[in-house]
Amino acid sequence: MRYDTRDDGYDDFLDAVEEGEPYYLESPSGDGWLPPRVCDPKTGERKLVEKELPATGEVVTHTTTHVAGPDFADDAPYVVAIVSFGPVSVTGQVREVDPDDVEIGQEVEIGVEQTETTGDRVIVFYPTE
Amino acid sequence: MVSAVTVAGVGMTPFGRGGEQTAREMFGEAAAEAFDDADVPRDAVEEVFYGNYMGEFAEQQGHQGPLAAEAAGVSAPATRVESACASSGVAVRFGYEKIRSGQADVVLVGGAERMTNLSTPDATQALAAAADALWEIRAGVTFPGAYSLMANRYFHEFGGGREDLAHIAVKNHENALENDLAQFQKSIDVDDVLDAMTVCSPFGLFDCSPMSNGAAAAVLVSDEFATEHGLDAPVSIRGAGQHSDHFALADRASIPRAPAAERAAEMAYEDAGLGPDDVDTAEVHDCFTIAEVLALEALGFYEPGEGISAATNGETTIDGEFPVNLSGGLKAKGHPVGATGCAQISEMTKLLRGDHVNSSALEDATAGLTHNAGGTVASCVVHILEVER
Repeated sequence: MRYDTRDDGYDDFLDAVEEGEPYYLESPSGDGWLPPRVCDPKTGERKLVEKELPATGEVVTHTTTHVAGPDFADDAPYVVAIVSFGPVSVTGQVREVDPDDVEIGQEVEIGVEQTETTGDRVIVFYPTE
Repeated sequence: MVSAVTVAGVGMTPFGRGGEQTAREMFGEAAAEAFDDADVPRDAVEEVFYGNYMGEFAEQQGHQGPLAAEAAGVSAPATRVESACASSGVAVRFGYEKIRSGQADVVLVGGAERMTNLSTPDATQALAAAADALWEIRAGVTFPGAYSLMANRYFHEFGGGREDLAHIAVKNHENALENDLAQFQKSIDVDDVLDAMTVCSPFGLFDCSPMSNGAAAAVLVSDEFATEHGLDAPVSIRGAGQHSDHFALADRASIPRAPAAERAAEMAYEDAGLGPDDVDTAEVHDCFTIAEVLALEALGFYEPGEGISAATNGETTIDGEFPVNLSGGLKAKGHPVGATGCAQISEMTKLLRGDHVNSSALEDATAGLTHNAGGTVASCVVHILEVER
């Protein structure tokens, strides 16, 4: 474990994913953000409320990383993707699929796993088909 | 019109590997060259802005402002500027603004970075810290990985592919062939790029700028100071702009666009009273091959989706209508991250005034633009330089 002190907001989000109740923060303007946020970065609005994250998202872009830093040395090669859930996008690793079969537009679900190298939690995505 | 800021002198160490020379010594060398070039005494300096990104990782060194001033032999208020790979570009802008506001007549700007004393994995981790520590690094995003995400989305939206990117690497290596300050004075071809080891799909090794050590410095003075002291300095900075974007790529409205660069360019063009059509050449931040494409589009030289074929079509090569990265760019000149922005100013100054090995490509040129980006362009700073002919 590299990160033994919790990071408020980030770890709360991962807990929520593990509990099957992932959420994002919505501002009065309708913008979506990941925590921790004190205000909407675009509008400065402070009334952010937790909203349920849609069950599935869509791969916006992805890459297979072969040369990793020390924290992911034993994980490489691994696929990183940005996934749009509509109001908010999340960055994580795509699992349970051959890297060559990951595609932009693919539908995925969110989850949390541990990394091979450090055992820290990592956001992951699973293709729905 | 507000007066410009004269580039009195520039200096730059050769960029490369090695790794035993400290950042402070490299900056001392670059500053010494800049003072010799400027013919301005050290005791005239009223302020120092010094760029460095990863000194805490590589040298366990913080608080580098006064360290840099001392290394340069200067006693003046000194501040370290950290803006990832845009650190010394921002240092240049701070110096420019200090003079433009009338608060100083002489400012030393520059930056240095020592990288290759770290192993490649450790340096990779240090560079990744320019991304979002919670939402990107924890997911395994590396610096090449972040730009790969941008490249793959670019291909999806606009077309183009690895071969187009390879032409950018080939061009920039070609430009660096005779540049003795460049890390790679080696010709490569498209197949070399396509066949290289994969770093992050779609990037092979030759799509990535190298880990480098090096420093750059510039002595900036007010036009009044230059006139009073009879300085022979035909190049001036006419405009500057800087902007920011949402920090994490996932929060951007469009992955293959760089609004921070678009806004920084708008500011710089307005400041200079010029537009993209008035610029004859550009040194852009090609940390990865796709980054040159994103820069050319954000700076208004190409429409979105059209920059990808610029090198392939020969438009941005040394004999093209709009040569880009005549120094070799970050790709071939090298990328000691905290030195890069000021190195662009140093190389552009030499290119415009005629004492660069590639100046012959710019015989009638009057204006050049520099574009220095931090992180995945969450920071960007643009300068427009002009030469008196």
